[in-house]
This record gives sequence, C-alpha cells and structure tokens, in this order.
Amino acid sequence: MSDPRPPRVRVTGPHAARPRLRPRPTVASEIDAQSDLGEIYVQGLLRAQLRLAVRTLFWLITTVGLLPLVFWLLPGIGDHRIAGMPVPWVVLAFACYPVLVVLAWRYVRAAERREADFVAAVEGR
Amino acid sequence: MNVGYGIGAVVLVSIATLAIGTWGLRISRTTSDFFVASRSVRPGLNAGAISGEYLSGASFLGVGGLVLAFGGEMLWYPVGWTAGYLVLLVLVAAPLRRSGAYTLPDFAEARFSSRRVRAISSVLVVAIGWLYLLPQFQAAGVALRTVTGIPPWAGALIVAVVVLANVLAGGMRSITFVQVFQYWLKLTALALPLVFLVIVWVGDGATSPADARVVVDGVTGADWADPLAVTGDHPLYTTYSLMLATFLGTMGLPHVVVRYYTNRDGRAARKTTLIVLALLGAFYVLPPVYGALGRLYAPDLAGSAADSVVLELPQRMIGGIGGDLLTALLTAGAFAAFLATSSGLTVAVAGVVSQDVTSRRVSGVASFRFAAVIAVVVPFLLAFAARDLAVATVVGLAFAMAAATFAPLLVLGIWWRGLTPAGAAAGMLVGGALTGYAVVDNLVSERAGGWWAALIEQPAAWAVPISVATMVLVSRFTPAADPVQVNRLMVRLHTPEDVALDRT
Repeated sequence: MSDPRPPRVRVTGPHAARPRLRPRPTVASEIDAQSDLGEIYVQGLLRAQLRLAVRTLFWLITTVGLLPLVFWLLPGIGDHRIAGMPVPWVVLAFACYPVLVVLAWRYVRAAERREADFVAAVEGR
Repeated sequence: MNVGYGIGAVVLVSIATLAIGTWGLRISRTTSDFFVASRSVRPGLNAGAISGEYLSGASFLGVGGLVLAFGGEMLWYPVGWTAGYLVLLVLVAAPLRRSGAYTLPDFAEARFSSRRVRAISSVLVVAIGWLYLLPQFQAAGVALRTVTGIPPWAGALIVAVVVLANVLAGGMRSITFVQVFQYWLKLTALALPLVFLVIVWVGDGATSPADARVVVDGVTGADWADPLAVTGDHPLYTTYSLMLATFLGTMGLPHVVVRYYTNRDGRAARKTTLIVLALLGAFYVLPPVYGALGRLYAPDLAGSAADSVVLELPQRMIGGIGGDLLTALLTAGAFAAFLATSSGLTVAVAGVVSQDVTSRRVSGVASFRFAAVIAVVVPFLLAFAARDLAVATVVGLAFAMAAATFAPLLVLGIWWRGLTPAGAAAGMLVGGALTGYAVVDNLVSERAGGWWAALIEQPAAWAVPISVATMVLVSRFTPAADPVQVNRLMVRLHTPEDVALDRT
C-alpha cells in the first residue's frame, strides 16, 4: 500500500539560508592567534605581575635585606635587650619569619586579584 | 645513655616510613604517578611534603650546632633558607607549574626547544643533587654514631637502604605521604623536648647565653651573640653573599622544583608556597634555641662536636629515663630529616637520569628504578671518598651553585622573552664552572683568611651576577628561538588556567 501523503519537507526560516557570519573573535582567540590585541592583554597581565613581584622583592630587601647593613652600622645594637635577648637575636631568630609570611600572604592575594581581573577582561566584557 | 632507645627510634622511623610508603604504593601505578604523583596533591599536603623534604639534617642538627659554635652569625642560614621560598613564590611558583614540565631539564627544553640546553640542565641537576646528598650520608653516619654507637658507614648505609627501598617501592606518591609525616615528626621531635629544656632553664635562673659573664673558649656572650663578627674578616660580604645564595638558590634545587609539578594548577602552587613559608618559619625558630642552651649546658661541645648538641642536651639537662626518651624522640626526628631530604633528592636525580639516560635502554618504571639505584649509590660511595666537611658548608655550596645556574635560567626564562638558547646555555655553563671551581677549591684546600678565602667560601655574590650578565649579553648577540612558540609559552606560563586558551 502506497502512502498518498507527500514526503516531508523541512520548513526553515529565511535567516538560516543566509551565509553564516563568522563568530565574533574572542579575546582568547586573539591571544591564541598572537594578534596585536591579544598581545596587549598578555603584556598587561605580565607587566602587572612583574611589577607586583618586584614590589614584593623590594619589601624583602628593605626589611630582611637591610639587616646586615643595619647591624654593621650600629654595632652597639646588641647591647639593647628585649626580654633578656639582644635585639639582633629577637629580630633574626624570631621576628623575621612572621614578616616573610605576611609578605607572601599579601603577594598571593594581590597576584590572584590580578589574575581575576585578567579573566574578567578576557571573558566578561 | 641507653643505646637501646636510640636504636629503637631509628627502627621505628624506618618502619613507619616504609609502611606509609607501601600504603602509598597501592595508588601508584603509572610512570606519571612515580614521577609526580599524577599532579593531584592538595596544597596543604604538598606544602607539608615540600617542608618535610626540605628540612634536612643541616636544619635539624646543623643549625643548633652552628649557633652553639659560632653564635648569632649563623642565624642568617635559616632565615635565608626560608626567605628563598618568598623569592621562589613571587618569581617562579605559578609559571613553573603552568609550564607543565616534570623537571628542570623539561622546563629548559620547553622554553628553548633545545636539546643542548636540556643536556646542560640535566648535568647540573645531577651535580647539585649529588653535592646535596653527599653531606646527608656523612652527617647521618656521624649522628647515628652519637646515639647508637654504630660506626659511621653503617649509619649512612641504613639511610641509603631505607631511602632506596622506599623510592623503589612507590616513587613520588608514596614519598608525598612519607614526607608529610616526616615534617610533623621533625617539628614535634624538636618542639616537645624544647618545652622541658626551657622549663629546666627557667628553673635554673634563666641565665642569658649572651650574658657577658658566660665565656666559652674565650668568646664572651656579647661576641657570641653578635650577628656579624665571629668568623672571617669580611662579615658584611660573607653575609650578603650567603643571603644571595639562599634567596636565589632555593628555586634551583632539584628536589624542591620537582614538587611544584604535583600541584593542581598555578594558584595551588602559590598557595602551597605560602603554607611552606609558614611551616618553615614554625620549624626554624626552634634549632637556634638548642644552640643557645648548649652554650650554657654543653659548652664543651662547642669546639669539636657541636653538631651533636641537639641530641646531647636532654641528657645534660634532664638525664634519667626522661632524658633518654627525649633523646630517642630527637634521634627519630634527625633520622627522619636524613631520610626525607635524601628521598626527595633521589627522586629528583633519578627522574632526570631516567628520562635522559636509562630510558633509552629500558622503559618506564623499570628505568626509573634503575636510575634510583644510580642516584643513591654514587653519592653514598663519594661520602667515604671525600674528606669530612661540615654539612652546612657543602649544603651552602649546593645553594650557591643552584643560585648561579638555575635561578637565572628560571627567572630570565619566565620573565624575559629575549633569553635565547645560546644565552641560557652560556650562562649556566659559566655559573656552573665558577661555582664548581669554588666547590673543588673548598673541598681540597683550607684557607686561613683574607679576601680570597671569603670569595671562595661564599661564591654567590660574584658568580650569580657574572652568570646573569653572560645570559643577557650572549642573548643580545645570538638568534632567538622560534618567537611564535616562545610567545605561546609565555602566554601559557602567565595566564590562569581557567581562561580557555590553546595550551598545547
């Protein structure tokens, strides 16, 4: 028995018949293609992170890094005592470590903030 | 003291180490597991493992001994060993993880696409690894003789065998758990006896070791406490050179770097480093206190046997069964220190040897196991060929060598696109040759003083700038590697993983 109904025809809107527009380039694809625009985004992140790293190292040098010079210029500093201990001992044996942890903690927070900004710039828009 | 307690402590730590290693074995199956625990170690665990691995015999026994013998000047060592992680954190931690390489030679190859740079890095990893392993074996022998009376070679042999058994059984995965355990063991073993020792000290009237009336070997309390003056005649140079070596050298130590690949991503690598800084800080406030108490209660050790002060103090200050038990705990901690550092170095050196040498003959896990045997046996034999040196001296030279070779490679490689393969190779060769010369000179001859002695003892202050200058200058005059590929790697090193980029 043959079917009298005509074969199915796909009904489509006129828009789909038009040639597809190329997808709008994303920042990620610009970066992958190493275009000038992608380069600007990457350079921005790199510079921001490097500035942050240099700033943290600057604080390391001005705290722990200057200690030998301070002790060298002020030899009498050992005569001062805190809780019975010479000041250089309090600084070197105990006080240095919390300073290092605080510098590291502040760095990690700032570095993650810069990365979050970068992600927002690349994906958000 | 009762020798039985010391032997018991060593046996217990060995059994615990092997047991945790075997427990880790059940989840370690592939070659990737062996090398880097399949990159699934949480920051807390990873930080415990890095700290456990990093705190060697030089930290556990050596710092106390150095402080007893030389005083405040030696406090720069633990400060530098900790601050090195801050420098590592800000300059290399996240990019290193994002580079996706297993080892330092892998990083060199990824960045420069050059077999030659890779080969130079491999040789340096093995050199630094062995330079660091050698004093571990020597010191383990001496420490075990102090508490158990066995000859030094036997103590070193025990460490070598336990390390090898553990690495052969499980590789990095088992090492992770073992080293987390060993960090907490070391911290407990150092902190708990100290509580009792300080109570005794306060009961005795709490005399300050820096008191002017406390004179040991003709050195007054004030001179001993001075952070610059005692040894050498160029203390400012020596201190700054040591600072440079420890600040920069940490990032170039093969057993430290290999652990960064076990982080899940770059953010986890940063978090891990932050926790490491806290864990190391908590540990390093302890050993100098032993050294300071030793000046009051064990001044006779200052001359010749300073390294044993940490193990001796409970006997001198408390005595009896309490002293014996505390000494046993300290022995356990010291033995854990030797095992942890040696295991980490063995895995790092074996990883490189296996990838670059033995894998051409045998494949995968078998190659790694074969390489591990080579990695342990060579420095073990060298430990008996070389003359006896202070642990901290040799470890300090290993730091200087890492600071003059891998530190510039990593920092310039990560932050400067202009570093060329030829520049990297030249800088590493020059830095390696200069610090290598200093190492040999130190091993062979003993110098009385003067500028030359200071320069050779602490080579970092001149070797690092020369190495960096060589890298920059040679890079200016040689062709770059494929710039498209270098740019692509730079993107991968510095962008967070959650941005959907082409990371191949």
